[in-house]
Amino acid sequence: MSATAGVLASALVARLGAQGPVSGTSGTSCVSASGRVDYLCQAPGSIHVPVDYLSFLPILVLGGGALVLLLVSSLLTKRSRPGLYPLLTLVIGAASAIVTIPEWLHVDHHGGSVDVGGQVIFDHFSVLFMLLISVAVVLGALFSDGYLQREGLDGVEGYVLMLLAGTGGMLMAVSGGLIMLFLGLEIMSIAMYVLAAFHRRREQSGEAGLKYFLLGAFSSAIFLYGVALTYGATGSLQYGEIAGYLATTTIVHDGVLLAGMFLVVVGLAFKVSAVPFHFWTPDVYQGSPTPFTGYMAAVAKAAAFAGLLRYLDEALPTQQANWRPAIWLIAVLTLLVGSVMAIAQRDLKRMLAYSSISQAGYVLIGVQAASTRGAAAAEFYLFTYVFIIAGSFAVVSVLQGRGEGRNDLGALRGLAHRRPLLAGAFLVLLLAQAGIPLTSGFLAKFYVIEAAVARGQYPLAVIGMVAAAIAAFFYLRVALLMYLDGEAAGVGGPDGAARGPAAADLQLGSPRMSQVAGGSPAAGMPLAVADRSLLAGLEPVASLDGEAVSAADVIEAVPAEGDPVPLSTAIGLAVCVAFTVFAGVTPWVIDYARHATFLF
Amino acid sequence: MTSHLSFPLLTAIVFVPLAGAIVTGLLPRSRVEPLAKVVGALTTLVEIALVVTLVVEFKTDTAGFQFVSNQPWLPELGIRWFVGVDGISLFLLAVTALLFPVALLGPRVVGDSKSYVGWMLVLEAACMLTFVSLDLFVFFVAFEVTLVPGYFLISGFGGPRRNYAAMKFFVYTFAGSAFLFVGILAMVLLVGRYDGGHDTFSLITLARYAGRLPVADQEWIFIGLVIGFAVKIPLVPLHSWLPDAYTQAPTGASMIIAGILFKLGAYGMLRFGIFMLPRAATRLAPLLLALAIAGILYGAVVTIMQRDYKRLIAYASIVDVAFIVVGIFAFSAQSITGGVFEMVNHGLTTGALFFLVGMIGERRGTYRIAELGGLQKPAPIFAAVTILVVMSAIGLPGLNGFAGEFLVLVGTFVTDRWWAVAATSAVVTGAIYMLWSYQRVFHGQPHGANATIPDMTLREAVAIAPLLAGIVYLGVFPAPFLNRITPSVDHLLAHVELASGLHVPPNASPRLSYRVPADQRVDLGHAGLVASTRATGGRS
Repeated sequence: MSATAGVLASALVARLGAQGPVSGTSGTSCVSASGRVDYLCQAPGSIHVPVDYLSFLPILVLGGGALVLLLVSSLLTKRSRPGLYPLLTLVIGAASAIVTIPEWLHVDHHGGSVDVGGQVIFDHFSVLFMLLISVAVVLGALFSDGYLQREGLDGVEGYVLMLLAGTGGMLMAVSGGLIMLFLGLEIMSIAMYVLAAFHRRREQSGEAGLKYFLLGAFSSAIFLYGVALTYGATGSLQYGEIAGYLATTTIVHDGVLLAGMFLVVVGLAFKVSAVPFHFWTPDVYQGSPTPFTGYMAAVAKAAAFAGLLRYLDEALPTQQANWRPAIWLIAVLTLLVGSVMAIAQRDLKRMLAYSSISQAGYVLIGVQAASTRGAAAAEFYLFTYVFIIAGSFAVVSVLQGRGEGRNDLGALRGLAHRRPLLAGAFLVLLLAQAGIPLTSGFLAKFYVIEAAVARGQYPLAVIGMVAAAIAAFFYLRVALLMYLDGEAAGVGGPDGAARGPAAADLQLGSPRMSQVAGGSPAAGMPLAVADRSLLAGLEPVASLDGEAVSAADVIEAVPAEGDPVPLSTAIGLAVCVAFTVFAGVTPWVIDYARHATFLF
Repeated sequence: MTSHLSFPLLTAIVFVPLAGAIVTGLLPRSRVEPLAKVVGALTTLVEIALVVTLVVEFKTDTAGFQFVSNQPWLPELGIRWFVGVDGISLFLLAVTALLFPVALLGPRVVGDSKSYVGWMLVLEAACMLTFVSLDLFVFFVAFEVTLVPGYFLISGFGGPRRNYAAMKFFVYTFAGSAFLFVGILAMVLLVGRYDGGHDTFSLITLARYAGRLPVADQEWIFIGLVIGFAVKIPLVPLHSWLPDAYTQAPTGASMIIAGILFKLGAYGMLRFGIFMLPRAATRLAPLLLALAIAGILYGAVVTIMQRDYKRLIAYASIVDVAFIVVGIFAFSAQSITGGVFEMVNHGLTTGALFFLVGMIGERRGTYRIAELGGLQKPAPIFAAVTILVVMSAIGLPGLNGFAGEFLVLVGTFVTDRWWAVAATSAVVTGAIYMLWSYQRVFHGQPHGANATIPDMTLREAVAIAPLLAGIVYLGVFPAPFLNRITPSVDHLLAHVELASGLHVPPNASPRLSYRVPADQRVDLGHAGLVASTRATGGRS
C-alpha cells in the first residue's frame, strides 16, 4: 500500500511539474482569477494541487450521499421509515444526474481538461459515464425497494453500498491514470461483493458473494500487476504521459509493455465478463439478489468498459496493432459463447447472465474499432443497456416471488394473460436485447457494427450479426413462453382438428397445462410460495428447444404468481421501457453519445 | 419530383395499419372477439382506399419516384424518412393492400383474435414500409420488423410443429440479414468518402456514387446484399426454412408470407441490389441465373414428389420465385417488366392457392393428398374456383400468369437464349404438378369424409372474390399495369446499361420515353450520353 502511495505521490509531483509553467501563477500565491480561486495561499516549496470541484461533482454527490445516508440511519431507529432510504438514494442519484448537466455545458464551452493533478479527466466522456451511473443508481433504488421489503432485507446498507459502488464506477470512468482506475475499481468491486452476498438467508447469495470476491480479488491482482508492468515499461501511470512517451519513443523490447497491457486488459475483461474471463458471471448473477444483479450488470460493466476505453484509446493509441487483434478475439469469443450458452439455460437469471456476456461482445466490437465512432458506439450501447438490463432483472425480481422461489423459464409461461402490462414491458426489453429495430438495442447494435465496418472489419461485423441471430433464438423463446396461451392452443376447433392425429399428440401438453394453470390457480399459488423444496425438486432437466416447448413445460406448469408489482418497480419499468423505445426511434440520445468523445 | 398531393400519402399508408394495430392492442379483453375483427376490417379497408388513391394519382409518363416524402429522422447518421413509389413498387403495394383483408377476414382463426389481428396489421405496416422506403436504413428496419409479426403469427396460430417452424423462419432470415446489414453499411461508409465524407442512406445518392467504388468492393457488397435477399426469396440452397414455415403457418399468415414476404427479397434485389450496383449485378448475373435455374429444376422435381397439398404449394412457390429471379437477371426490358408483373401475379395466385388449401384443411383436417380425393362432387363451386386459380398458376392465356411468364421468357430468350430454354421447363413441370395434384384431390370418387365436405360458404366466396377478379383482370387487360411498370423498368435498365457497359440487344433495350426528375437522376453528367449512345447505336 505504501508503495502505491509513493507511486501516486511521484505521479502527482510529475504532473505538477508539467503544469506549473503553464498556469504561470505559482509563487505569486493567493491569486483569484476570474472569480475562482486557482491557488490557495501556499508556503514556498509545498506541493499544491489545484482542484476544480465541478469536474467530479457527481462523485462527491454520490460518495457524500452514502455518508449522509449512513448518518441519517444512525439517527433513526432501525426500520422506522420504510421507503425513506430508497427515496433518499433516488434523490441523491437524481441530484448527481442533474449535476452532470452544468458539467456537460461547461465542457461544451471550455473544452475538456485534466484536473486534480491529472488524476481526473473532465470531458464529455466522463460526464456521460457519470450520468449513466447516476441513472443506474436511480433505477437501482426504484427496483431494490420492493424486493428488499419483500425479502425482509430493507435497511440502509444496500443503498449505501449501491451509492459506494456507483462512486467507484464513476472514479473509474473519470480516471486520468491507472492508479485512479485501480482505486475506482476496488471501491466499486468491494461494494459489489457485499451486494452479491446481501441476501443473508439465501445460501446461493452467500456463495455468489464469496465466488465474486475470490475471483474478483484475483482479477484485481492481475490488473495491478499489469499496472506495474505498464509503469515499468513507460515510466508513467498517467494516460497522457504514457501516450506521449510511446509516441516519441520506440521500444525495441516491448515484452514488458505488452505483458502489462494484456494483464490490464484481462483484469478489466473480468469485470465486463468477457469470454474467457466470464466463468463467474452466471453463478454470481444467479445468486445475487435480483435487483442488485441488474445494478451490477449495468454499473460494473459500464465502468469497466469506460476504464478499458480510456486505457486503450488514450494511453495506448500507438499500440493498436498489438491490442486490436486481442480485443478482436475476445469480442468474437464473447459474442459466440455468450449467445450459444444462453440457449442452453433453464434459469432465467443465468440466461440473462449469458445474454449480458454476449452484449459485452458488442461493446467490445466498438472498443476494437479504436476510433471515435467506435468509442461513441460503445458508450451508446452501454447507456441504452443500463435501462434494458436493469429493467429485465426487475421483471425477474417481480416474477420470482418471495424468497426467489421461481427463477426458471417456466415462471414466465402465460404471463401475458396474467399480467399483460408486465409481459409487454418484458417483451420490449427482450426485443431490445435481441436488437429488433425500433428499439434502442437495434440502434446500439447498428452503431457498433457500423464502427466495425468503418474500420474495414467485415468478418467481425458479420460474426456480430450472426451472433445476434443466434441470440434472437432465446430471446424469442422467452417472449413466446410469455405469450403461450394454454386455452388457445388447446381449443379443438376446426383448425385444431386440421392438425391431424400427430398434432393431437404433440398438443397434449397444452390442454393439460391449461387445466393446471387455469383450473387451480388458487391451489398453485400457495404451493409456489410455501413449499419451495418441492419446487426445487421439480426443477426440470429437459432441454427446451423450439419444438419441445409444450412437452417440457408440462412439468413446470405451476405458475408463480408473486405479489403485485410494487409501485416503485412499476415506475422504474415504465421509465426503462419508455427510454428503450425513445432511444430507438429518436436521434437525441445517439447524438449525445456521439459528442461524448475523449479529451485526447 | 415531389408529390403533387400535399397529403403525405405513403406515410399514411405505412402508419394507418400501425395505428390499427395499436387500437387493437388497447381493446378491452372482455369484448375483444368481434371488435378486433371490426378494427382489422376497417383498417385494411382504409388502407385499400389509400392505395387506390395512390394508383389513380400515379403518373404514367415518369420513371422517377412519386409521392416522395423526405424528412430527417436520425440526421447525424445520415438516416432520413425517405419514401417514394415508382412503377416497380406501385402494384406490390396494391397487391399487399388487397391480400391483407382477405387473409385477415377470410380464413377462420383459432385462438386469440386480438393478437392475431394486431400482429397482422403490424405485418402490413412493415410490408408497406419495405416497399416504399428509399432510405436503406429504413428499408432494413422494415425488412427486419416483418420477422417479428411473422414469428408470432406462425408460433401462435400455426400447425403442430409451429414453434420449430417459426424459430427456423426467424433465425434463418435474421442470419441472412446479417450479410445484408453489413453490405448496406459497407456501401454507405465507402460511398461516404466520395460524397464529401458525410454518410447517407439515401438510395439515390448511393446509386449515384456507387459506380466509383472499386469493382471488387462493389461485388462484395452485392454478394452481401444478395445473401440477405436470397434467404428471403428464397433461392435454392438457402430455402430450407420455407416448407416448414409455409406449412406450419396458419392459412392467413401463409397467404401473406407466400404472397408478400417472398417479394421483399426479389424486390430488394431489383430496387437495391441492381439499381445501386449495376456493374456487380451484371457481372454476377450468370451465378444468380444458374442458382435460379437450379431452383426451377430442383424445385419442380421436389414439388412433384410432395404428398402434402400445402407443402406442394409451398415448394411450387420456390419455382415461381426462381422464375422471377431469372426474369430480373436476364436484363432485358421485357424480362424485368415480366418479373415485376410476375411478382404481382404470384401474390394474387399463391395467396388464393393457400386460401383454398387452407379451406381443405379446415374441412378435412388433413392436407395429405392420399387422404383426399373426389372433392369435386360434394363441393363443385370450390372445385371450380380452385381450377381457375390453378390455371392461373400454370399460365393459361387469358389469366394473369400468362402475361408475366410470356414476358419473362421472351425477354430472357433475347438476351440469354439457353437460360430461357431451361426456364421454359418451369412452365411444363408447373403444369404437371399443379394439374396432377388437382386431379388427385378433386377428381375421382369421394370416399369417407371426402364425400360430405361442405361447399364454399358465402363468407369464403366473398373473401376470395377480389383475388379472382384480380387474376382475371390482369390476364385480360394487363396494359394499364404494364404502362405504369414499364417506365420505371426502362429507367432502371438504362441505368444498368450505362453504368455497367452491358450490351442489351436492340429489341430488348429500354425505350427512353420517360421523364426522371432532376433530383433523382443517378447518372450525373451522362444525361446527354444516353441519347448519343443511342443515336450512334442506331436504336431509340
